[in-house]
Amino acid sequence: MEQGSLLAKISEASCNIRSVLEMAGSLQVTLKPEPSVEERELANAAADQYEQNLTVNEDLKQMLESNKDSAKLDAMKRIVGMIAKGKNASELFPAVVKNVASKNIEIKKLVYVYLMRYAEEQQDLALLSISTFQRALKDPNQLIRASALRVLSSIRVPIIVPIMMLAIKEASADLSPYVRKNAAHAIQKLYSLDPEQKEMLIEVIEKLLKDKSTLVAGSVVMAFEEVCPDRIDLIHKNYRKLCNLLVDVEEWGQVVIIHMLTRYARTQFVSPWKEDPASFSAQDISALGMNQDCVIKDGVLEEDNEKDFYESDEEQKEKDQKVKKPYAMDPDHRLLIRNTKPLLQSRNAAVVMAVAQLYWHLAPKSEAGIVSKSLVRLLRSNREVQYIVLQNIATMSIQRKGMFEPYLKSFYVRSTDPTMIKTSKLEILTNLANEANISTLLREFQTYVKSQDKQFAAATIQAIGRCATNISEVTDTCLNGLVCLLSNRDEIVVAESVVVIKKLLQTQPAHHGEIIKHMAKLLDTITVPVARASILWLIGEYCERVPKIAPDVLRKMAKSFTNEDDLVKLQILNLGAKLYLTNSKQTKLLTQYILNLGKYDQSYDIRDRTRFIRQLIVPNEKSGALSKYAKKIFLAQKPAPLLESPFKDRDRFQLGTLSHTLNTKAIGYLELSNWPEVAPDPSVRNVEVIELGKEWSVALGKAKKEKPTEKFYSDSEEEESASTTDTESESTSESEKEKNGKEEGSSMENSESSSEELSDSESESKEGSAKKKFKTTEESDSDDTEKKTKMISKKRESSGSSDSESSSTEESSSDSESESDSESDAESRKHKNAIASKVSSPIFVPMKTHELLHRMSGKGLAAHYHFSRQPCIYGNQMVSVQVTLTNTTDQKLENIHVGERKLPAGMKMHVFNPIEFLEPEESITVSMGIDFCDSTQTASFQLCTKEDHFNVNIQPPVGELLLPVTMSEKDFKTEQGMLTGMNETSTTITVAPQNSTRLVLLEKVVKAANLGVVPSGQDNIHRFSAKTVHSGSLMLVTVELKEGSTAQLIINTEKTVIGSILLRELKPVLSQG
Amino acid sequence: MIHSLFLINCSGDIFLEKHWKSVVSQSVCDYFFEAQEKAADVENVPPVISTPHHYLISIYREKIFFVSVIQTEVPPLFVIEFLHRVADTFQDYFGECSETAIKDNVVIVYELLEEMLDNGFPLATESNILKELIKPPTILRSVVNSITGSSNMGETLPTGQLSNIPWRRAVVKYTNNEAYFDVIEEIDAIIDKSGSTVFAEIQGVIDSCIKLSGMPDLSLSFMNPRLLDDVSFHPCIRFKRWESERVLSFIPPDGNFRLISYRVSSQNLVAIPVYVKHIISFKENSSSGRFDVTIGPKQNMGKTVEGVIVTVHMPKAVLNMNLTSTQGSYTFDPVLKVLTWDIGKITPQKLPNLKGIVNLQSGAPKPEENPSLNVQFKIQQLAISGLKVNRLDMFGEKYKPFKGVKYITKAGKFQVRT
Repeated sequence: MEQGSLLAKISEASCNIRSVLEMAGSLQVTLKPEPSVEERELANAAADQYEQNLTVNEDLKQMLESNKDSAKLDAMKRIVGMIAKGKNASELFPAVVKNVASKNIEIKKLVYVYLMRYAEEQQDLALLSISTFQRALKDPNQLIRASALRVLSSIRVPIIVPIMMLAIKEASADLSPYVRKNAAHAIQKLYSLDPEQKEMLIEVIEKLLKDKSTLVAGSVVMAFEEVCPDRIDLIHKNYRKLCNLLVDVEEWGQVVIIHMLTRYARTQFVSPWKEDPASFSAQDISALGMNQDCVIKDGVLEEDNEKDFYESDEEQKEKDQKVKKPYAMDPDHRLLIRNTKPLLQSRNAAVVMAVAQLYWHLAPKSEAGIVSKSLVRLLRSNREVQYIVLQNIATMSIQRKGMFEPYLKSFYVRSTDPTMIKTSKLEILTNLANEANISTLLREFQTYVKSQDKQFAAATIQAIGRCATNISEVTDTCLNGLVCLLSNRDEIVVAESVVVIKKLLQTQPAHHGEIIKHMAKLLDTITVPVARASILWLIGEYCERVPKIAPDVLRKMAKSFTNEDDLVKLQILNLGAKLYLTNSKQTKLLTQYILNLGKYDQSYDIRDRTRFIRQLIVPNEKSGALSKYAKKIFLAQKPAPLLESPFKDRDRFQLGTLSHTLNTKAIGYLELSNWPEVAPDPSVRNVEVIELGKEWSVALGKAKKEKPTEKFYSDSEEEESASTTDTESESTSESEKEKNGKEEGSSMENSESSSEELSDSESESKEGSAKKKFKTTEESDSDDTEKKTKMISKKRESSGSSDSESSSTEESSSDSESESDSESDAESRKHKNAIASKVSSPIFVPMKTHELLHRMSGKGLAAHYHFSRQPCIYGNQMVSVQVTLTNTTDQKLENIHVGERKLPAGMKMHVFNPIEFLEPEESITVSMGIDFCDSTQTASFQLCTKEDHFNVNIQPPVGELLLPVTMSEKDFKTEQGMLTGMNETSTTITVAPQNSTRLVLLEKVVKAANLGVVPSGQDNIHRFSAKTVHSGSLMLVTVELKEGSTAQLIINTEKTVIGSILLRELKPVLSQG
Repeated sequence: MIHSLFLINCSGDIFLEKHWKSVVSQSVCDYFFEAQEKAADVENVPPVISTPHHYLISIYREKIFFVSVIQTEVPPLFVIEFLHRVADTFQDYFGECSETAIKDNVVIVYELLEEMLDNGFPLATESNILKELIKPPTILRSVVNSITGSSNMGETLPTGQLSNIPWRRAVVKYTNNEAYFDVIEEIDAIIDKSGSTVFAEIQGVIDSCIKLSGMPDLSLSFMNPRLLDDVSFHPCIRFKRWESERVLSFIPPDGNFRLISYRVSSQNLVAIPVYVKHIISFKENSSSGRFDVTIGPKQNMGKTVEGVIVTVHMPKAVLNMNLTSTQGSYTFDPVLKVLTWDIGKITPQKLPNLKGIVNLQSGAPKPEENPSLNVQFKIQQLAISGLKVNRLDMFGEKYKPFKGVKYITKAGKFQVRT
């Protein structure tokens, strides 16, 4: 019973529910009638599109699933096309990722492209691909390892951070520099993905910064800049290395490194600008930043020399200055400046700009000038490059006009330049204007004013205005010119002129009633509001000078008040007020009328102003105290506006940066710090390496002693010789540093040596104290040696030999001191140190004569020549040639001499003295010197007798262009270490069996080329050294015998051309019996 | 550094985008469009634009804007120079850097961009390396590819990237070994109304086409290297040799490249090879003007001046021009107001002359300024600075290459003010 009723109830309820549902359904129907036509179409379209999309993607999916590579490739190409257009292709992810392990390179690469784009969105699926890359990271091929790392690190999936970290760590220790480079790139990617990893990444950066490969340098510095730009301490030890590698780094890396080093140098070195206050111009001061205060004081003091007030102060100052040591540039500072200079010749505008800004921010002012030429060269480049470069030049030219003055004409404007280029050029021209060039400039400006580009014409008028205020001589000329422009037909030009004239008149309001009258007339015609406002202001300001006109103008303006622009209305009110105060009799009513008009004006600004003026000038009981001063308020002396360059304040940014271009601080801009007052400890940049310096200098000293005519490091010296003063300062600074170092280091054990660093070698304890004093890096070694060569060359000069490159006049006492030191050192060393690299006497080899002139063609005169292999007595760059002349005729040959010479450029020849006569059957040997410029080019000349002349040629075998050099095996190895990379040529050869004994091999090689034998510790390696005669570059030859009668022949030299020829000539010598 | 790149055509369509870091929405380009609108002329679009979250650095090449998105401080020239390098690469690959070429080769473009930048930092920009990685499309190859299904990807991995001379391909073989040098000099000048030179300068380049097998080591010397005032080098040139001996010594890249560009200082007097006589005047209160231009040779070292074209941007008020020319043909574009007179060769016996009447808009005021004349010309077999190549030596390889030098002088930005 109970159950029955329950069932009934349930069925009833379900019935109810159903009916409710039915009702609801009908309700829905009533609520939502048929969809409108548009709606239906829309729905259809969407469905269509969706369907289409679906089918397209289905289609692609199918292609990706197929077995054929071509279909897959096709699909991938289409997908990449979609990505390129910005269409969404993310739903294909699973299908695409499957192909990540494809054998086909192109498919693989396209899959990578896809992965990098979508992995971030589909992280879970992306993980599927990771194992493929992990496997590839272990591939024996470095390029595959590198590209695996690249893709792996480009997948922005946080989950794999540990894997990436591990991969980066491993890659940073990879043998291949290319993989390490990619590791450096990966650091930045990981950092942006997970900044938490910073500390770990800095460790990797530190490791990679030590890398010596040029491939890595740029990328790791980039990573440094991105991850930890403030960790300047990481740079110390690598500073010199980076400076030295710079030239060989790829161009993009160069830009980054230079910018980083600029920042670094500003924190580590003292300012090179303080030195000579005489050269300070007012503009320079602003560049000085931190030292500004004291310098400005200086400047003031210099100007107001006579003023008693300052006197005591000044004396103090002077004393200070005397006490202050003369400025000496840190050699590391100099190193940077010197090593960046060649990069001004780069084809890459960014590199040139980077060097330019480095010079601007770091170099002594006298040296910064060299960058202007290169910057001007960039102006031939694309519009965008021009734009940026011009902006930077504009900033530079404000502070140091002199830099760009010689290139004034390069900034002349062409009518075809885009407006932004034109205005930048104009800006620079204005900055460069001075008394000397202003007349040419104004003539040029005249052309510009007429330009069809009105915006530019207006800018020109502004420029004229600026010139007029800056250069007082031409103010009147400019003003007249501008007044002429007032009758121009173009309104913009007139308006601009009015504005500029207004400013000019304000600066010297003396006697310009005429101009104001003229301008008043213009009010009838001119419509540009700014101009009208300016005229009205002028009339108001100087209404006492034009007492008759002013009220009349006001009358006219009152008539047109309602139609004027707001700007003009304000000035009308102004004019009214001023006239009311000065000439109330005539203008009282007019002013009141205008004030009434203003009261009901639409603009609240004007209503405001009206109320203000009325209260101020019209006396009533409420106006209070202020109205008494109304005249003073309105007609106060107003300071003249300063016409300034818009680039005035740009110098707060580092040149060449984005911030400089935008004139606002960009995100991530790194402030360039001010010079420190006192340089931080320079020894932090020292790197502990094997001490090379000593032996080198010893060797050099000795070599110089014995062969005063030779020059060892000609290459580096040439650079140096350009600026003798530089080296001077460098050397002083070095010795100074030395002293400082001693004081600080307080290592008293080495006090037995005198204060000059050069003298150290007298204390012969090689490892001990000497090490301390010598700068221990390779770089400073070369500095040292350079310096020494320098000194020695000076010494040579003083001893009478002619050497033009050094100027001994500037020698400071400390220099001469060190000179004598070095002399005595050399003396003492001569006995102690037997192993020194010097030009040794050649090993005796059978003479090989070459025919110069056959007796048949020489009509009886025969000539042979051979190379004596002795240093030439005629000049240290010449090869000495012995010529044997034989008379095979039966008559006397008279007056044998060298006639016309045909030498390739640069080659020189010292001929033998004419031979008066040569008896029949007699022969004579004469010697000549020929400077072949280290090339195998032929020296052609004429051999003349009394009657005839014969054309003859001497072509040197490459082996004769060398002079043997003796050096120890150790020296050889270090030298070789410095001449790797491009400077190394090598080949594998087969050696004839009879040649494999040491003696035979030595003999053969030495016979072929004038090389010195280096004593060798190993039996299978033979080393030879020599230097080229002309330039003195080292030429190091290594023959390493291997098993199976092969040998490795290696030549290291800067003169790669000679090196490769020598290599070719030595090959047959060794391989033939 | 470089976050993303958008390629935009003149009508404002973004037809390609590429992101090296996370994706930046296309909407960032709106700021660019805004600036473009403001600038009116494409030439005046500022290369650097600041937006709230990004910076846009753009270049304009061949009617395409390359707009790059930057997020942090970077030297703007770095980006500009790189973008130009990208455009150069496209030019090199497809023969032109146009929208259609890019659209047709979108896959190659993408592959190239992928190789050129890694995480926004340039990776491989040398054309020799790129060409090893991705072979440029040729008709033959595309036919072969479509049949065999092979790809444009290099099968071998480029080793150039690893070597010390990254600009040269590793295994180069030619049956004919040739080395050609084109010495091209351009005269930039501004001549004033009276015919005197306001400013003149010679800008030269040496473009090389080197097809030599193996690893040749070349040295090129000049008769008069001192002429070269300011030189910029391809990275392959050994700077030290130039400093010490004034010889260009280098291991060349394979194919076409610019060896050096130089400037001959304006201190040396620059010979101006043509003169222009002109009378252009507009009468006051009349809707016509006179136009009479004659061009003749001067200081041309006995060579013929050819390919002469005079272009004049006439003032806005000019409606049309009725002219007669004694030589060549002229066209006047009434929309852009550009008059182009294509003369061809100048023969000194009969100087080309173009004269007639200029019709102005009636009622318009007399134009303020006379238009300036832009002159183009060409002189074959002459380097106007007098620069002469002395000799080319090759070391390191045994064969005898075929060598050639060509000189040509052109007008650069040569403008005559009237």
